[in-house]
Amino acid sequence: MNSKVSQLLAKYRTALVLVMILVIASFLSDSFLSMGNFINVIRQVSINAVIAAGMTFVILTGGIDLSVGSVVAVAGAFSAATLTATQSTFLAVNVGMVTGAIFGLVNGYVIVKEKVPPFIVTLATMALGRGIVLVYTNGSPIAVKVAAFKFIGKGYVFGIPFPVIILLAVYLIAFYVLQNTKFGRNIYCLGGNREATRLSGVNVGRVELMVYVISGLLAGITGVVLAARLGSAQPTAGTGYELDAIAAVILGGTSMTGGQGFIFSTVIGALILGVLSNLLVLMDVNPFATNIVKGIVILLAVVVDNRFKKLSKTK
Amino acid sequence: MESNQILRLEEITKEFPGVKALDQVHLDILRGEVHALCGENGAGKSTLMKIISGAQSFTSGRMFFEGESVQFKTTREAQDIGISMIYQEFNLIPELSVAENLFIGRVPVNQYGKVNWKKLDSDAQVLLKRVGLEISTKQLISELTIGEAQMVEIAKCLSSDAKLIIMDEPTASLTDKEIEFLFQIVDNLKNQGISIIYISHRLDEIFEITDRITVFRDGKYIATKMTSETTHDELVSMMVGKDIHDLYPERKVAVEKEATAVLRVEQANDHQKIHDVSFEVKSGEIVGIAGLLGSGNIRIGKLISGYYGGFDGQVEINGKAVQIHTPSDALEAGISCVSDDRKIEGLVLIRSVKENISLASLHRLLKKRIFSSIDKAKENQVVDHQIERLNIKVSSSDQIAGNLSGGNQQKVVFGKMLETAPQLLILNEPTRGIDIGAKAEIYQIMRELSEQGIGIILASSELPELIGMSDRALVMREGKIVKELMHEDLTQEKVLLYAAGGMKDE
Ligand SMILES: Nc1ncnc2c1ncn2[C@@H]1O[C@H](COP(=O)(O)OP(=O)(O)OP(=O)(O)O)[C@@H](O)[C@H]1O
Ligand SMILES: [Mg+2]
Repeated sequence: MNSKVSQLLAKYRTALVLVMILVIASFLSDSFLSMGNFINVIRQVSINAVIAAGMTFVILTGGIDLSVGSVVAVAGAFSAATLTATQSTFLAVNVGMVTGAIFGLVNGYVIVKEKVPPFIVTLATMALGRGIVLVYTNGSPIAVKVAAFKFIGKGYVFGIPFPVIILLAVYLIAFYVLQNTKFGRNIYCLGGNREATRLSGVNVGRVELMVYVISGLLAGITGVVLAARLGSAQPTAGTGYELDAIAAVILGGTSMTGGQGFIFSTVIGALILGVLSNLLVLMDVNPFATNIVKGIVILLAVVVDNRFKKLSKTK
Repeated sequence: MESNQILRLEEITKEFPGVKALDQVHLDILRGEVHALCGENGAGKSTLMKIISGAQSFTSGRMFFEGESVQFKTTREAQDIGISMIYQEFNLIPELSVAENLFIGRVPVNQYGKVNWKKLDSDAQVLLKRVGLEISTKQLISELTIGEAQMVEIAKCLSSDAKLIIMDEPTASLTDKEIEFLFQIVDNLKNQGISIIYISHRLDEIFEITDRITVFRDGKYIATKMTSETTHDELVSMMVGKDIHDLYPERKVAVEKEATAVLRVEQANDHQKIHDVSFEVKSGEIVGIAGLLGSGNIRIGKLISGYYGGFDGQVEINGKAVQIHTPSDALEAGISCVSDDRKIEGLVLIRSVKENISLASLHRLLKKRIFSSIDKAKENQVVDHQIERLNIKVSSSDQIAGNLSGGNQQKVVFGKMLETAPQLLILNEPTRGIDIGAKAEIYQIMRELSEQGIGIILASSELPELIGMSDRALVMREGKIVKELMHEDLTQEKVLLYAAGGMKDE
């Protein structure tokens, strides 16, 4: 009886934390519960959540991708430049996505073939990417002026912001891939025990390479969305996004050592972070203090999470 | 009487979500006795030992140590009071040295907190000597063989002044020489008045070194007997609930003289530990590969399974040359290998039994649609089939593999490789940690597979098993095949003689 309750609690703990924060938020601020604010939050969250989806793939294999923030900027800049040169939204979007995927390919290649730890490789490509975008743009933003392109960031379909539609699509596909495909299964097993998975005939190198490509691709998409929403590609765009994405994954309860985790918990983790920042803005908290609150919440969440894990193990 | 008793358990019950691992069991241990705990895989032996050593709590019941009621919250509490345990799963830290592992948490320091490496080293050497290990104290655990690591684990236990030592399948990965040494240690401990709880699936060991035997079945207490007053057969029937007569099933269909070779290996060579090994396995034949630790008898199977990448030499499957560079190449060619190291090479411990069993054969369980999605209905069906066929004790196929008892984990690895439908099945120590009833079942399955024409390589350090099952045996020494023994000539003495290099082959 008792153990069943604690098991259920453990399973849905992330969602519970979100609900708690939502309830508290609606008490603390009147404007929080309005539809307009709700849509606003989700649109903001979609930026981090899409990157965090890719990060979940990477972390499930036991890796990490620090380069995503820089990739957002590079992809945004290349995409905006393509748009300016060709006026083709189609080309611009594709250039952004391919740029992201290529970054992922480089990360994955060095990690798999040269056996360099992911932390080091992606730390290097993070610096590399930021350098590339600064040199390429010479430090100034590239404006985008094509309406079709801007739609990606600002448009609505049936009253739903387009970035939120992208978010939904990304998570549905990610969920399907992780739960139902051989590739998804291999990701979990590889994260759980690389050697046993390799010896079971899985091409672990290819799986690992693919997760970095996915992470890069999703960061590339985010770069395009961000440029479209802001109306320009900023060379400093995406700074610190890797940390937000990792935070969302951790809040979602995915194990940093790999092999265990659930993709929808990541989106809940991203929502927790998003609601929190939104609330602080609504409450007129000093914007410099938001990071303090974020840090405390992450620490708390992880501590509580650990307690839960111990509880469900020993009892 | 009271004072002679060191440990007493009354009506201990332990429940896991969905499983009652122990149901009101009893156990009493006397001072200075070696007490065996016997039972099938999943009977609850390890769980009870974890309770006694403070690694797990119990749901209900009473525990008394030296007459006092106790309930440990940590293993430290149990150690402080004098209970030490050698785990079935290793507890050593691979990246640390032997000496550091031996004194983990108790490293000698000077008054400034600086480690006294000299003392650490000499203390470690004393301990290693006690278990007869001839390795450097500075070696990393990750560089040791499984057997050596196990001996280090035992040495670590000796260092803690225990009054009661628990040994959970300590010999499962030891060589004969190491086992002999262990028995001497056990004898010494006993003479010093230290009590030992000894768990093993090797019944002859139990009759050799224990004073009393307690039997569990399905989490329940069955009986306690004086070892001298019971027999092998009685013990087995108490454990399994029925008699087992023919452990090694007779071959019903003889291997045809002219049978085609499933596997032909020519001049396999990794230029390290395998040197120009050539042999073949006929369709339907079980070929034993014997040898001492490090002789290459385990390694040769792993080599041709692509464990170490490419290698020199030719491999033919059913007369067709195959190139093997990766485990996936080998599986594709029809070679499946059950590893001797289930924790590291066999299982993804944190994932479910289902995911483990289907892992190597997922490509055959796909719906022919986008993304190569898994046909879950079909997957459930094959997984359930293996669970039933191998009699794996699980609460459901979604149970985490790491939560299974040791022997059931081994069966999961076996099931995974059977599911790949191999032409050639390589079994490295396939019955390590498996109970006698399950052993009989696995031998039966090996026999059936061989009668279906599958070739089997059996590399085992358990000679009775190797001799009982093999149609032919190859003896290896220092990476070479030194002797081929046909079934008629296959005796323990001969195998040992050639393995040790006592006789030159003409
Ligand atoms: N953490 C856990 N969660 C759920 N079930 C568990 C857990 N640990 C053990 N069990 C279950 O408890 C039962 C007893 O397991 P235990 O490891 O004690 O068996 P055992 O007698 O040591 O078997 P073996 O001879 O195979 O080592 C098994 O059915 C096992 O699946
Ligand atoms: Mg056990």
